[in-house]
Amino acid sequence: MAHHWGMAVDLDRCTGCGACVTACHAENNIPTVGPDEAARHRAMHWIRIERYWEGEFPDVQVKFRPVLCQQCNNAPCEPVCPTYASHHTEEGLNAQVYNRCFGTRYCANACSYNVRFFNWSNPVWDKPLHLQLNPDVSVREAGVMEKCTFCVQRINAGKIEAEAEGRELRDGELKPACVQSCTANALVFGDLNDPESAVSRLSRSARGSKLLEDMGTKPNVTYLQRESWHESNSKS
Amino acid sequence: MNRTARANRITEDLLRPLLHTTWKFYAAVTILGALVLMGLLTWLYQMMNGLAVTGDNWPVFWSFHETNFVFWIGISHAGTLISAILRMVYATWRRPVTRCAEAITAFALMIGALFPLIHLGRPWYAWWLIPYPSERGIWPNFRSPLTWDFFAINTYLTGSLLFLALPMIPDFAVVRDRTKGLRSKIYGLLALGWQGTPKQWHRLETAMHIMAIAIIPVAISVHTIVSFDFSMAVVPMWHSTIFGPYFVAGAIFSGIAALIIAMAILRKTLHLEQYLLPLHFQNLGKLLLTMSLLWGYFVFNERLTVWYGNTTHEMPAFWSTQSGTYAPLFWTMVFCNFILPFPFLAIRKMRTITGTVIASCGVVVGMWLERFLIIVPSLSHKPLPYSWGEYMPRWPELTIFAGSIAAMILLYTLFAKFIPIISIWELKVGEHAELKKAETVAAAEAAGELV
Repeated sequence: MAHHWGMAVDLDRCTGCGACVTACHAENNIPTVGPDEAARHRAMHWIRIERYWEGEFPDVQVKFRPVLCQQCNNAPCEPVCPTYASHHTEEGLNAQVYNRCFGTRYCANACSYNVRFFNWSNPVWDKPLHLQLNPDVSVREAGVMEKCTFCVQRINAGKIEAEAEGRELRDGELKPACVQSCTANALVFGDLNDPESAVSRLSRSARGSKLLEDMGTKPNVTYLQRESWHESNSKS
Repeated sequence: MNRTARANRITEDLLRPLLHTTWKFYAAVTILGALVLMGLLTWLYQMMNGLAVTGDNWPVFWSFHETNFVFWIGISHAGTLISAILRMVYATWRRPVTRCAEAITAFALMIGALFPLIHLGRPWYAWWLIPYPSERGIWPNFRSPLTWDFFAINTYLTGSLLFLALPMIPDFAVVRDRTKGLRSKIYGLLALGWQGTPKQWHRLETAMHIMAIAIIPVAISVHTIVSFDFSMAVVPMWHSTIFGPYFVAGAIFSGIAALIIAMAILRKTLHLEQYLLPLHFQNLGKLLLTMSLLWGYFVFNERLTVWYGNTTHEMPAFWSTQSGTYAPLFWTMVFCNFILPFPFLAIRKMRTITGTVIASCGVVVGMWLERFLIIVPSLSHKPLPYSWGEYMPRWPELTIFAGSIAAMILLYTLFAKFIPIISIWELKVGEHAELKKAETVAAAEAAGELV
């Protein structure tokens, strides 16, 4: 059976520690741009922790929301790309072909979640950090868009390994870097085509909702929360 | 003055800029050329260092270069569209105006079409937009509005160049016959063997008529497709059905303004006071007023529906232009496009050459701001508040914009230097028709038929 990758993000578990952001940078060779460029809004975080405050001091509640590419099934970023650099894979991922991208940045504008990032300049790694690059992930040059891939290199490696051992992939065997590093187990990754997988069960949960669901993008990421954001927003 | 003498004077007046060169021409070309070079070098600098040198950022991925793109494509609607419509309705006052207008179209399009290249992250791969036979079977994505842009703009550019070139043929022949040596040979080649036989005239007029009809839907489709770059994306205040006609109206609006400014400059520098008359500025002023009202109507519609709809996704972008960060620019735009031109264009006594030029300068500035205000505030306020941002231009985009303005003036200066900027033969046809009418009236009066 074909796979359809998805993720569940449990907002009731997330502590906002940021381990996922760091792990993602390390796994995917995402450059850090330095304080000046970061101040100019050029930081690249394929996954980010959005912080929202509710209420007035001292009665304040902080809410964390990890936001990564929602791997939409009806993705606004895909049709607008003039070169097919942004396209949909058979396993439900929004893939970005770096070599085919010439940097119109239209996909980034069309994306409702702002989870696509542009290489404003060529990436630099201070020595000896250049030695820690992940050999499974290509380094992107200036002028190219990039985004979360659900760690497609790990997915492919896992599939090859399972095939070599002559077995099916086990649920929970594949872990993108963010999922692997999450101490609170707030992130769960897996195959949505398997109705018994952990991610499938969580996606059907009554606590579940999609981010900006009314945009009609049909994301493969589900957010779990006892009280929906909408309700708590209308209360405050 | 008899008919031949008048015809000779037209030829002499209109060929004077071609045959006599002053130091002012060389000075203008040097200064403008230096500015264009500065713009090109800045583009090279941007290519070598990446778009990091501009003010673009996350989430404002489009800003100055894209504003310039829409602005210049808008200016290009001056010519072809206006001159095609005036030809189709046989407006006789059009004759001295058409070529100035068509030349604006050609040059503004060439410059406008550069900006999608300038804004690319890797412009050296822009040829991927061409559906060439690839060994891997990869073509451009025909679902992308940017691919539509590529075809629309190329069609319009080809059409406009033909539309501009056709009525130049008889004038090339005039220059060929009036000059000697190499110059005569070059213009002879350009005249394509024009002899002025009735058959040639008939063919030329048929071709011009076909082009005038064909270019109107092309021009309208081009700016509609440019508007699709925005309205196809689900971005606050972009995803709107009004954008097609709104953009076309805005384009014609800014195009007429650019034409009035260009005509006023030509009138002064080339001493065409006898040909570009206050009447032309008055008539174009009336057109500009119509477009100003139409533009105001569209903006009112666009704003009212968003405000009344009051959706959480759109209101932050809306308020940022009405009373927030971008409000000063928005109200300047309303002043430049609507309030300032109104008295100059609506009151007959103020609709002079100076009056229409002042109004036009306002409109050109206002229409640039309009495009900026469509692009930047929306990208600054996409649905997730965490990802809101702002934009400030930095020197490279300002320099490239200045270079593009210089390029426009330079191309226009060179064009007016090498090609009669007013169509000689069309003017003569007009003179002929008027003289004939006057003669008929005089004859009728003499016979006592008219009171």
